Amino acid sequence: MGMKKALTGNYAVSYAVKLARPDVIAAYPITPQTSIVEKLSEMIENGELDSVMIRVESEHSALAACFGAAVAGARVFTATSSQGLLYMHEVVHWASRARIPMVMAIVSRTINAPWNIWPDHSDFMDQRDAGWVMSYAMDNQEALDLVLQAFKISEDPSVYLPVMVGLEGFILGHTTMPVDIPDESMVREWLGPRRQGYIIDGSTPLAVGGLTMPEDTEYIFYGIQEAMNEAKKVIKEVTNEYNKLFGRKYSGLIECFHCSDAKYITISIGAWSGDLMEAVEKLRSEGYPIGSIRIRYYRPFPMEDIWEVIRSSKGVLVYDRSISFGSYGPIFTDLAGGLLTYTRNPPYVSNIVAGIAGVNVTAEDFYKLTKEFIDEVEKNGQPPGFKWVMIRR
Amino acid sequence: MSIRVTPPKTGQPPLTRPDIGVAGKTGFWRTTKPIVDQSKCTRCYQCEIFCPVNVIRVEPETGVKIDYDYCKGCGVCADVCPVNAISMVEEVK
Repeated sequence: MGMKKALTGNYAVSYAVKLARPDVIAAYPITPQTSIVEKLSEMIENGELDSVMIRVESEHSALAACFGAAVAGARVFTATSSQGLLYMHEVVHWASRARIPMVMAIVSRTINAPWNIWPDHSDFMDQRDAGWVMSYAMDNQEALDLVLQAFKISEDPSVYLPVMVGLEGFILGHTTMPVDIPDESMVREWLGPRRQGYIIDGSTPLAVGGLTMPEDTEYIFYGIQEAMNEAKKVIKEVTNEYNKLFGRKYSGLIECFHCSDAKYITISIGAWSGDLMEAVEKLRSEGYPIGSIRIRYYRPFPMEDIWEVIRSSKGVLVYDRSISFGSYGPIFTDLAGGLLTYTRNPPYVSNIVAGIAGVNVTAEDFYKLTKEFIDEVEKNGQPPGFKWVMIRR
Repeated sequence: MSIRVTPPKTGQPPLTRPDIGVAGKTGFWRTTKPIVDQSKCTRCYQCEIFCPVNVIRVEPETGVKIDYDYCKGCGVCADVCPVNAISMVEEVK
């Protein structure tokens, strides 16, 4: 039977991993991720979980160990944050380009220097071109659910790509909420045994990642792009299955809030979307025709789904909690580029970058910024296209 | 541990199988060739373990077997052999 527990976001991830029963876990401690693998090693220690925990000397080695084990046929898991993720970046690409299914939790924390352990989305967004399926949770329940779904999506033959699940450090990672833990035997039956595209176990001579000529390499990379497109379908199927089996109400790649009759749409990802929804609710009560989209899966980028919602809207405001220095927020960049593949006459799109390095953005701030945007569009149609809002109290 | 291996539906993984290269078996870069004195061999397996291209097999009955089609002539086997049973002989082509 499933049960309810009061769990931090990190522990919610640990419980999801426990249900998925990986053969191998390799990790290196880093704030704010550490309590995920601490909990997992505790579970292994007291016999609740039958996994091999490999203690390594770095994050690069952690993912490399997972990669090796996964190539040999093991279901694997690791988790990291910030500098650790940057350090393992090389192997991040290895896993996806070798089409190896695996799951990694990213407990977001901004990037040094200067030393700072507070959350924004910089570390997660930094991986966007790596070929991983990328999802981001809004609350602890979703962190658990996304990790479980990640194993299923990753091991689908139409996908066979690694999946990373993001959640903000501290805001979710170290904050306790009631979390519903699904029934173990139901999860086991739903998830099934490990599936992967090939296995190197020494029985047949086979090498992964050997020197390959340009044309063949290009073809292999094209396969990743195709798998990403397939992943959109698989994610929706898996979400629906999961909803039915475990009584949830997720809606696939994006989550809509008051969208159906909205003339203005905000777009965001992660925990602060909850604050944004509060602001949207308040604006609604004041008669503003506004709705919000929360991105659940950032890669593959849900352009079709977003387009269906915003095609007839008047203005779209994208909130990014990370910045590509010298450019814009990554979600805005994806959206603005993607829009032009659908229409040459897009709705007015603006980008606000805020909450960088863990600066707190409240529902009140979202209310003020969003209201300002709508008022300006209504008045002169030309609010600033890009704004980095530094909130100070 | 049960694993289902099914090929990906889209694209292909970057896998390679051992085969003869486009330049022929081992190319033309080998200048010295490992020759084994089987009478000295103690079957310690060091050459098999250390061979970087995995062309050496030590048979308990017959001794060291080297696949010269793929041997690059690097000399690691001769170097690690504790009883000096392998010598690198200059190869004239």
